[in-house]
Amino acid sequence: MPLLTVTDLRTHFHTRNGVYRAVDGVSFTIERGETLGIVGESGSGKSVTGYSLMGLVPTPPGRIEGGTAVFDGVDLLHCTPAEARAIRGKRVAMIFQDPMTSLNPYLRIADQLIEPLLIHQDIGRAEALRRGLEMLVAVGINDAARRMHLYPHEFSGGMRQRVMIAMALITRPELLIADEPTTALDVTVQAQILELIQKLQRELGMAVIFITHDLGVISGLCDRVQVMYAGRIVETADTRTLFKAPRHPYTRALQRSIPSLQQKGAELYTIQGMPPDLSKPLPGCPFAARCEFALPKCVETPVHLREEVPGHSHACLRAQLGEI
Amino acid sequence: MPEPILELRDVKTHFPVTHGFIHRRLVGTVRAVDGVTLSIARGEVLGLVGESGCGKSTLARTILQLVPVTGGAIILEGRNLTSGTAAEIQEVRRDLQMVFQDPYASLNPRMTVFDTLAEPLRVHRVAAPADIPGRVARLMELVGLAPRYMRKYPHEFSGGQRQRIAIARALALEPKVIIADEPVSALDVSIQAQILNLLAQLGRRMNLSLIFIAHDLSVVKHISDRVAVMYLGKIVELGPAVEVIERPLHPYTRALVSAIPNANPDTERTRQRIVLPGDPPSPMNPPAGCSFHPRCPFALEKCRAAVPPLLPADHQRTVACVRLGEI
Ligand SMILES: Nc1ncnc2c1ncn2[C@@H]1O[C@H](COP(=O)(O)OP(=O)(O)O)[C@@H](O)[C@H]1O
Ligand SMILES: Nc1ncnc2c1ncn2[C@@H]1O[C@H](COP(=O)(O)OP(=O)(O)O)[C@@H](O)[C@H]1O
Ligand SMILES: [Mg+2]
Ligand SMILES: [Mg+2]
Repeated sequence: MPLLTVTDLRTHFHTRNGVYRAVDGVSFTIERGETLGIVGESGSGKSVTGYSLMGLVPTPPGRIEGGTAVFDGVDLLHCTPAEARAIRGKRVAMIFQDPMTSLNPYLRIADQLIEPLLIHQDIGRAEALRRGLEMLVAVGINDAARRMHLYPHEFSGGMRQRVMIAMALITRPELLIADEPTTALDVTVQAQILELIQKLQRELGMAVIFITHDLGVISGLCDRVQVMYAGRIVETADTRTLFKAPRHPYTRALQRSIPSLQQKGAELYTIQGMPPDLSKPLPGCPFAARCEFALPKCVETPVHLREEVPGHSHACLRAQLGEI
Repeated sequence: MPEPILELRDVKTHFPVTHGFIHRRLVGTVRAVDGVTLSIARGEVLGLVGESGCGKSTLARTILQLVPVTGGAIILEGRNLTSGTAAEIQEVRRDLQMVFQDPYASLNPRMTVFDTLAEPLRVHRVAAPADIPGRVARLMELVGLAPRYMRKYPHEFSGGQRQRIAIARALALEPKVIIADEPVSALDVSIQAQILNLLAQLGRRMNLSLIFIAHDLSVVKHISDRVAVMYLGKIVELGPAVEVIERPLHPYTRALVSAIPNANPDTERTRQRIVLPGDPPSPMNPPAGCSFHPRCPFALEKCRAAVPPLLPADHQRTVACVRLGEI
């Protein structure tokens, strides 16, 4: 049985300008120890998917309209607050692009680091501090015994990212949701953080949902990838298949956009147009307006993620009909 | 090499660090730019890369005289900007323009596109008042914006469009050199490519020299003719973009290039990646000798002894590493 099974998740934002279907019928599973990549351009609903699982959707204007998210037998979207507390922040943790989202600027690192232990586990402060120090060492903070008594602003960007990871992992979660944790960092620091996540994943056997817009990061890290567009999953496959034999035109366009794969000096490939307005009805494929293969039927006909070969699904009508 | 349009000779920009409000004590010096020598030819695109804090923005601001230079010479078409009078500098500044990372912060929110683009034309009196609307319209077309939006304010545009306005403003006085400091880092990936295409196309069309600061090396390789790699205020490697990024010589460049994830799951899982330990040291107390030695996998005793000079490594490339022949 998968560790997490998400079925038909719908999270919408009710604003003065209309109802934005940020996540619009997302279904996926993740096994224990597996690394699942979620890729897509900004605004495609990657973060809101993570927030929905963590109970972090700002309500209002956001609202989870439907769906289930069953983690080890418990539906996170419909369980009691006590059941949710026992899972979120303990067995499922999330890290963010901006570490200051999870760090309190007015608290010493040590105090915020051990807070989840004091809440979730029946241990004393001294033991919690010992575990906190151990975790800081594990994420590669030099001189951790002294530095754990400093404030977040006394750390560099890369170090704050490590502290946030230490905080997320201190309860030894079974699932980590990593939302673009390296997007704002230098490539050298990104390499350190990715290596760290992989090492801790091996040691703790945890599953990771890695959210990014960078296909390069996905290729080395993830077992499986799903591509999101306009709040929906348009393609999912094991990483190698997704890179070698993408079927959905959006996945292909994303791949063509990678600068290093393009001929030097030539115009960089750009995907024409803009993502659709999520408050307007989109009966057919949300990518149709920008797709070079689209026919009138693509705009009108509802299309669903369908498995083409075991493990490889996509939501392109024309590919499903064998036309492209 | 063709005649350089802009030349930097041993340029240094140091910032004093003081303590105390009333009795200011000097407690140290940040050597943000610490002896940079390079030149750029007419029409050339020079990429400038390095980790954050290595001094890229300070170098850009120094060239534009936005921060006082501590030492060295900045020579634009034979005129030394570091020793000119205020009037001379004002004149020369027309030829040097900058595009910043955050187009929102760099545009005045209370000025319409028209006012933003007309201002430099008026200040430098390069167009008769009657000609200004036509000039503004042409600038907007040049960067792919419809002139009918001329009366709109920055907040009415998307991030990519705002960056187009900033580029149009930089072009207003027909400069010879544009310095673009991470011009696409704040934009969405899909918009980045459009802005990069625009910059490359304008550079070619107007024979502009472009100093392109970025941290995405694959983008830098794509649009630059040459690349300069900076570490802690100094250039450690300089050469043709493809050479430097595909066959890096300096150990720091090797690490930087090796850290770029590549979008091929077969090679990405098996390749040996060089993961540098720690963060770059502080430019306030740079390590003795080669400032990269504490993080360098090849460092020997002699690397601590003296600052390695930037020397020719082959006919097109210069590298600052004393172990170059051995590693
Ligand atoms: N607080 C909010 N208020 C209104 N709409 C929101 C809010 N947060 C997100 N959205 C909507 O949800 C969509 C998806 O956002 P998000 O999940 O953050 O995208 P991603 O992480 O893929 O960049 C956005 O396009 C936006 O329309
Ligand atoms: N006005 C200033 N006063 C003191 N230090 C500064 C100032 N501007 C930049 N620095 C320091 O100079 C170094 C180089 O910064 P910067 O040029 O912004 O680097 P980059 O653009 O490569 O990230 C950094 O250590 C930074 O803290
Ligand atoms: Mg996001
Ligand atoms: Mg900078």
